[in-house]
Amino acid sequence: MTELLDVKNLWVRFPTRKGVFDAVRGVSFKLGRERLGIVGESGSGKSMTGRAILRLIRAPGEVEADYIKLDGEDLLSKSEADMRKIRGDRISMVMQDPKFSLNPVMTIGEQLMEAYRLHSKGGKAEARKRALEMLEAVSIRDPERVMRAYPHEVSGGMGQRIMIAMMLIPDPDLLIADEPTSALDVSVQGQVLEIMDKLVRDRGMGLIFISHDLNLVSQFCDRVLIMYAGRVVETCDADKLHEAKHPYTRGLLNSLPRFDAPQKRLEVLQRDPAWAEAESVGPDA
Amino acid sequence: MSALSFEDLNIWFGEGRDRVDAVKHATFEVARGESFGLVGESGSGKSTIMRALTGLVPHCSGRMAVNDQPLGRKRDKTFYKTVQMVFQDPYASLHPRQSVDQILSETLRLHGFRDIDPRIEKLLDDVGLGPAFRFRYPHQLSGGQRQRVAIARALAPEPSILLLDEPTSALDVSVQAEILNLLTDLRAEHDLTFLMVSHDLAVVAHMCERIAVMQAGEIVEVLSVEEMRAMTPSHPYTKQLLEASLGYSRSEVEAVV
Repeated sequence: MTELLDVKNLWVRFPTRKGVFDAVRGVSFKLGRERLGIVGESGSGKSMTGRAILRLIRAPGEVEADYIKLDGEDLLSKSEADMRKIRGDRISMVMQDPKFSLNPVMTIGEQLMEAYRLHSKGGKAEARKRALEMLEAVSIRDPERVMRAYPHEVSGGMGQRIMIAMMLIPDPDLLIADEPTSALDVSVQGQVLEIMDKLVRDRGMGLIFISHDLNLVSQFCDRVLIMYAGRVVETCDADKLHEAKHPYTRGLLNSLPRFDAPQKRLEVLQRDPAWAEAESVGPDA
Repeated sequence: MSALSFEDLNIWFGEGRDRVDAVKHATFEVARGESFGLVGESGSGKSTIMRALTGLVPHCSGRMAVNDQPLGRKRDKTFYKTVQMVFQDPYASLHPRQSVDQILSETLRLHGFRDIDPRIEKLLDDVGLGPAFRFRYPHQLSGGQRQRVAIARALAPEPSILLLDEPTSALDVSVQAEILNLLTDLRAEHDLTFLMVSHDLAVVAHMCERIAVMQAGEIVEVLSVEEMRAMTPSHPYTKQLLEASLGYSRSEVEAVV
């Protein structure tokens, strides 16, 4: 398998009044053309890992790594201008909430066409055609009407699909999806996942899927990284997630109410400070 | 004896051409001491029923009763003493500039209690927060701790009915387990009746004995938790919802494509 993304010893630090806070601590992983899930609780550093890859951590936050290689090129040595070309073009990111990620004063059509024209030379007519195609690709009925609508005029599920359409217009090699379905109903969630699934299969795109939903990740992804306090505590094949060994992963799994097996009380996660201290699990472990 | 009863409840927003019927002919009863769940997609009207009960919707028709006392247009003090609500987002439902002590003592004072000091200690103890939390502000608390404060506030007037509007959907699974356990314990201790709204069927199945499934403003089916676990619903929509909630299955999606 050729490596699309290779991250080695990634650290994200934020200086605070009480000293430096390490949000991500020495994370290493490799990604091929597959679906990689990153799970963990809020504050475990999973979103920060996604942002650090795109160099979207703002000062005073700092990103440090031995390297973050995309197809063999180190992203950390790129200039900001080069980075702008990579964002969107090679790597796209879908954020959690469409309400905050779409521009409220531009129609959806304008935003989609802008995304196209920033990354390719085509004219306006070409951009329009491509935008309509992408809206159809993410199964939006009546794309002509949606092109004219403003973000507040579409539902959450539609907004999220529009975000995905926008991210896919430049045809990226890698999509980072940060909780793309958390704001959606189960029925819509299925549709959105299906769209992303198809893109990985048909275009050979790589996908990093950040989520706190263990069941979803184990069903949807190929491989999973489990993060705790900024470190990767365990990595495993997604379908073997339920056989995970690390006490943290086990604790998370056991704390979920089970539909098929009623319990009187739910198990509560007992945290062990040693988990946060242990070294991150490497890509080959 | 029913704690809550809804009969032919209709709720709508807007008028004329813009009228939207959010809830249509909803009829169900919640027995005293029971835990009853409302499930459905967003926009199906499940939270709206709760809001109607608390008097927070502009138009509704039909009959609602609490402990067999029919409700009029206005809610009186007895109502708020009997029925209390816990909201979805603990980050939005606590006053950011009031300490835990202020949040709880205001509620207690409004309900005419005199012995506020010992009551606050008892409430914090009930929800598993130590006295150290009493003078903290919401921004000094984690999501789970905030939801505990919100639950303490709801328990302050000693209600017999708690309305839970997605009480754990903003929380991590590990914290969700703590809060659900807490709610289970409190229900046993205080003899509470729960009406719970959630989109997570596993959570509802864990907490509730009976479940009403809503679609587009109508209750399509009321079923027991055993029926739900056995996957033997009678309505096709319930079946669809159950299957969707069991997760994403590639083979199923491929079968459709």
